[in-house]
Amino acid sequence: MMDILQILLSESFWAASLRIATPLIFGVLGALLCEKSGVLNLGIEGIFVAGAMAGWMAVWLGAGLWGGVIVAALVGAFFGLIHAILTVPLGLSQHVSGLGVTMFATSVSYFVYRTALPNVSSPPRIEPFQVLDIPILSELPFLGPVLFQQTGLTWLAIFMVGSVWYVMNRTPLGVAIQAVGDNPDSVDAQGLSVYGLRIGAVVAGSALMALGGAFLTMSAFDAFFFGMVNGRGWVCIALVIFASWRPGKAFLGALLFGAFDAFQVRLQTEVGALVPGQVFLMAPYILSIIALVVAARSADYPRALLTPWFKGQR
Amino acid sequence: MTQQKILSLNGLSKRFGSVIANDAVSLELHKGEVLALLGENGAGKTTLMNMLFGHYMPDEGSVDVADEEGNLRPLALGHPQAALQAGIGMVHQHFTLAENLNALDNIVLGSEPLRMLRRDRAGARAKIERIMAHTGLTAHLDVPVGKMSVGERQRVEILKALYRDVRILVLDEPTAVLTPQEADTLFSNIGAMTREGLSVIFISHKLREVLAFSHQIAVLRHGVKVGEIATADANERVIARMMVGADTQETPREAMEPGKPVLKLENISVVGRSKRDTLENVSLTVRRHEILGIAGVSGNGQSALAGLISGLTRPSGGSIVVDHIGITEHHPQTMIREGVGRIPEDRHHDGIVGAMSVAENMVIERLDDPEVQSRGLLKHDAISANADRLAADYDVRGPGVNARARLLSGGNIQKMILARVFEQNPKLILANQPTRGLDMGAAAEVARRLLEARARGAGIVLISEDLDEVLSLADRVMVIHDGELIEANTRDREKIGLMMAGEMA
Repeated sequence: MMDILQILLSESFWAASLRIATPLIFGVLGALLCEKSGVLNLGIEGIFVAGAMAGWMAVWLGAGLWGGVIVAALVGAFFGLIHAILTVPLGLSQHVSGLGVTMFATSVSYFVYRTALPNVSSPPRIEPFQVLDIPILSELPFLGPVLFQQTGLTWLAIFMVGSVWYVMNRTPLGVAIQAVGDNPDSVDAQGLSVYGLRIGAVVAGSALMALGGAFLTMSAFDAFFFGMVNGRGWVCIALVIFASWRPGKAFLGALLFGAFDAFQVRLQTEVGALVPGQVFLMAPYILSIIALVVAARSADYPRALLTPWFKGQR
Repeated sequence: MTQQKILSLNGLSKRFGSVIANDAVSLELHKGEVLALLGENGAGKTTLMNMLFGHYMPDEGSVDVADEEGNLRPLALGHPQAALQAGIGMVHQHFTLAENLNALDNIVLGSEPLRMLRRDRAGARAKIERIMAHTGLTAHLDVPVGKMSVGERQRVEILKALYRDVRILVLDEPTAVLTPQEADTLFSNIGAMTREGLSVIFISHKLREVLAFSHQIAVLRHGVKVGEIATADANERVIARMMVGADTQETPREAMEPGKPVLKLENISVVGRSKRDTLENVSLTVRRHEILGIAGVSGNGQSALAGLISGLTRPSGGSIVVDHIGITEHHPQTMIREGVGRIPEDRHHDGIVGAMSVAENMVIERLDDPEVQSRGLLKHDAISANADRLAADYDVRGPGVNARARLLSGGNIQKMILARVFEQNPKLILANQPTRGLDMGAAAEVARRLLEARARGAGIVLISEDLDEVLSLADRVMVIHDGELIEANTRDREKIGLMMAGEMA
């Protein structure tokens, strides 16, 4: 018991939690943006893969690290645009289109990777983002190692939480996105473009999702390999419900999931001899399902989520 | 009233497939004028206004709007943004409000450029408060619209238009969802605003309010403007004739000797989740050739009674006998099999499957009928032929029998349900609020069909909140109050009214 308490109080545990949470923060914010406008984006899993591949490959081909981040975002935006065109003006099923985008983005990424590197067995490495050791602040007890020894992408993720919150709640654009996700007619009757708002939200949200993927290859690891996204996109789809479409709660939800994951790794080393390792690997997912069941009942679904809207048909 | 022309619709036409919604309609509106656009359901009133506001692109015709100086200029059609900029605001019948936002955000939505990094909430609030003080329209600006009453939502809709400095306000059936008191307040507010120079077009099919609150009346019928008259020269009979195209005739109700009982409820009780769907020890008998009217304020157990007769509600005690057969299995299928025709209260929700075609909805209660299917496969030709015949007989208008049922207007949905019910020659008919929300023509049609069924030998349970309707149609009146049914034994409005309030037993 003392061991568990020790884990929970350790600096390295919380630093790891935040690190593991970073891609989820990007993903859940992206999903939130799409869904707030009324479009479910199940392309998220594939967009993670594409973002991971594209960011890494850009750097491997000689771009700077932040250049790679921008390339990843643009690739995410591209796949988002495909999903947006299929689901918004064409009004196709958001589920089918999203799953299609996931399969398409995943296979295109693997294809490009294999074409560029036909004969490698161990993936080439890049020089990833380094820990930003902020002087003085990183010396703070506890907070120093947890907060101020993270990479630039984690900082970007935290910054995006605040930005998305600000845009959604403090700008005319955010209010319009919230309105189009609740009742598209309200936006149309006020002379704004339902299609424009939804396509914009899906494209921007997809760019954010791709950054989650880019974090994996450019910060958490230093190479791209198959299967590395490993369901993180789907976790974000669940987390956004857990967060009831609020950026602050989305951050907390991602952090909670990161903490479960970090905890199971440490628990494995403590009692790994007694219980098979797979049980620990399952734990974060099972716990997030339980958290979802508890939170989803009171979740505040955007009323127009999944409902296509067509101009001139009222 | 000044005679300055502020708006002119020139020969607007709109077709949806083969249906002509509007055929070369022209209208003029003057400054400070209240123009009532009157017509039956499906006459094309809303379509016309949706073209004016840019929701629909007209197939033919043009619109001219006066600018600030009063010069008429052509309006770019098909863009709500252009209509708003030209000073035209529209309050839709189905509100266009985002329920997750508060009133302030709903009102300001779309008026600030989207690239702005901040909202000027204080400025917006001040302007709205000025408008509210000026017009007498009030709303709680910080409350989410989803938590507001219908009346308050409508005020938010109007404020939304006024916030855009509109000079022409279009109101689509503004009183359909309001209590009489709220409606009166609305019209007195509108009166105050027109004296300030606002011009108003309001869509309605209520003759009383049109005569009381408009200056000019334009009547549409089947998409064509059939007449225009100054309100001062109009009376109910004249405009009713313009609307329907003929004098509305009251169907004479001939006296009839009731036959044997078709429905007997004895000491029925229903335990509901709330007071409104509870019945306590209720007994009633309906005979052939008889209409039993159930009068009462809504929420006094009508839904439990209707549920019972439709087979949707299970009684906790007592017995139900339909034409000698005791009902033990409480299921809609049982009641349909025993010859009960059901006209549900919420016709959109319980009366049709909106996503299925009109033809399919017409046979949906008898999908096992060999006329409709053979060996489990639907006979599409027979279903279509059946629908074509019924649509003609019952005058169901709309985009055709193969179109989805939810595209029909409320009146036509009701006619479709009547066709489905009466075609089966039911022994017993449950008519729950059968004319609510219908215009005169459609309501008269419902009444005529009910009387026809009575003459044919059906027993009818007519549940209605409209006491006039009950008194004009029913042979016998019972009053429902607090889950109990009382025989009225009188046709005196005062006395029945007191019973409805629970003050006389």
